[in-house]
Amino acid sequence: MHGFTMYIMAFLVGGFICFIGQLLMDLTKLTPAHVMTILVVAGAILDGLGLYDPLIKIAGAGATVPITSFGNSLVHGALIESQRDGIIGIITGIFEVTSAGISAAIVFGFLASLVFRARG
Amino acid sequence: MLCGQQTWQFPSRPRVLGTGTIVGEKEGQGPLGDRFDLVVTDPYVGQNSFEKAERKLMEEAQKTAVQKAGLTIEEISMVISGDLLAQNITSHFAARTQGRPLLNVFSACATSMQAVAIGAQLVDTGYASNVLAAVSSHNSSAERAFRYPTEYGAQKPPTAHCTVTGAGAVVIGKGSTGPVITYATLGKVIDLGIDNPWEMGAAMAPAAADTLVRHFLDTGRKPQDYDLIATGDLARVGHPMARHLLKEQGYELGERFTDCGILMYDETQSEVFSGGSGPACAACVTFGYLLLGLMEKRYRRILVVATGALLSPVSSQQKDTIPCIAHAVAFERDGE
Amino acid sequence: MLSAKLGVDQRHYKAYAKSAQPPRPWGKNGLRAFIVGGAVCVIGQGVQDVFVHVFHFSEKTAGNPTVAVLIILSVLLTGFGVYDVFAQWAGAGSAVPVTGFANAVASAALEHKSEGYVVGVGSNMFKVAGPVVVFGVVSAFVVGLIRYMFHVT
Repeated sequence: MHGFTMYIMAFLVGGFICFIGQLLMDLTKLTPAHVMTILVVAGAILDGLGLYDPLIKIAGAGATVPITSFGNSLVHGALIESQRDGIIGIITGIFEVTSAGISAAIVFGFLASLVFRARG
Repeated sequence: MLCGQQTWQFPSRPRVLGTGTIVGEKEGQGPLGDRFDLVVTDPYVGQNSFEKAERKLMEEAQKTAVQKAGLTIEEISMVISGDLLAQNITSHFAARTQGRPLLNVFSACATSMQAVAIGAQLVDTGYASNVLAAVSSHNSSAERAFRYPTEYGAQKPPTAHCTVTGAGAVVIGKGSTGPVITYATLGKVIDLGIDNPWEMGAAMAPAAADTLVRHFLDTGRKPQDYDLIATGDLARVGHPMARHLLKEQGYELGERFTDCGILMYDETQSEVFSGGSGPACAACVTFGYLLLGLMEKRYRRILVVATGALLSPVSSQQKDTIPCIAHAVAFERDGE
Repeated sequence: MLSAKLGVDQRHYKAYAKSAQPPRPWGKNGLRAFIVGGAVCVIGQGVQDVFVHVFHFSEKTAGNPTVAVLIILSVLLTGFGVYDVFAQWAGAGSAVPVTGFANAVASAALEHKSEGYVVGVGSNMFKVAGPVVVFGVVSAFVVGLIRYMFHVT
């Protein structure tokens, strides 16, 4: 899917994942950290079942922007490496695909601490 | 002397000789903003950390109280202070600046009345001539100690409180003018099973009710004997619950029953949620505003019941419930 | 007296407390989360398209720089002190996208600046976001292992 339809799907799917997250936060005792963790694990499981890549094809950024896609990328890395290197590949491959998120967060988070300070 | 089971009576009539209240920007913009001695808009108070900022607030409040009492710091027998941070670090550094003997106390947001109670007792029994009682809290230092980094975007529920940034101090001694401290009821730790740190109002309400009932039984007084009864920081969620609990015990408090956490902020201010909390909440509202009501002859007798939630940053994560406490102090005008 | 017979009173009180407290406005919050979360993803889609059409990344490889751009934006908003205000309104709409992860890391880094860069910033940076990394990796390992075993057998 391309063009305008993709944007609509991105909005709907991304919005829906966030809506689920909000329900978890409001209707249970789960903290935002718990909810983010649950969603990452859900992304990993969905990719294990082969369901996340089709979702990305339909919803584009609606599936790649939520934190669920982080779980998806981690599993991708593990599976690609393990196909090449056997069982060891599961461990060595985990961060293959997804370095951008963690690296960017660390680098720019650190740079921010050089430049800014907490406002309270 | 001991009055009933948990109440101290002070026959020699120790008084509040001077007060000092200093608050942050949000408190300054609230309905009581112009009653405080000083409003500081910079959350860092010119320092490089929130913890250091809080110390400055406490030191200023203490200095102001001593000044308004017409004394020098050397005439203060001892400082009785406390705050919310680990090891009560604010209290200790402020006392280092003041250079007087220190009795540090802690009961979370009930610390102010605990300090006043002990101070009044020491003055009443001649173990101190003048006592400087002080407490402080800072929204950001409390947030980072107990909850999350201050810039973290965690959404807070409507039952949450807003920790007051400020410090309140009083000088207690023998004198001829000033509000008289007549009774203090010390609270027991009460825990009715609330385990959610976002529900502190509900957690503390039973402690407030328990101490109030105990106060009435020990002193033989009734709610009608007071012009105002104020809890410390039950706020808009916990305050009606305390009223309900007291009604169940047979006490109708009526219009005279209010709460410092409700008085501190206007509901429409941003991110105040159910109301104020923190040791400075009860302290600043009482020392800066309620005692004024006594001096300006609007009240004869008031009772302040400061409430504290005694959880630690770790206890909730370890699935513990929230034990709470409430300490009550009665302030009266001369001629009673 | 409340302090007596605590056992009976606890159950009674907890039930009362539940009824007396305002419930979280999940409907309103859910709607806000949906709208903001959707909007963030739309912005992400736009950024991704820029990388594909202007910088000639492929659809697959454009994901990484897109995430990086969103992270930089969140870190800036955190540094300027506006992210938390936006997040109080948006709830999960800001927490669930990768923006929430970036804010968690940046806010923790900023908060501990006063303790120095090594022990303060360095040690505490993942205080809030750590679970996402830990559980993401652990679940990826488990899922990878299970898939591998199915493949082999």
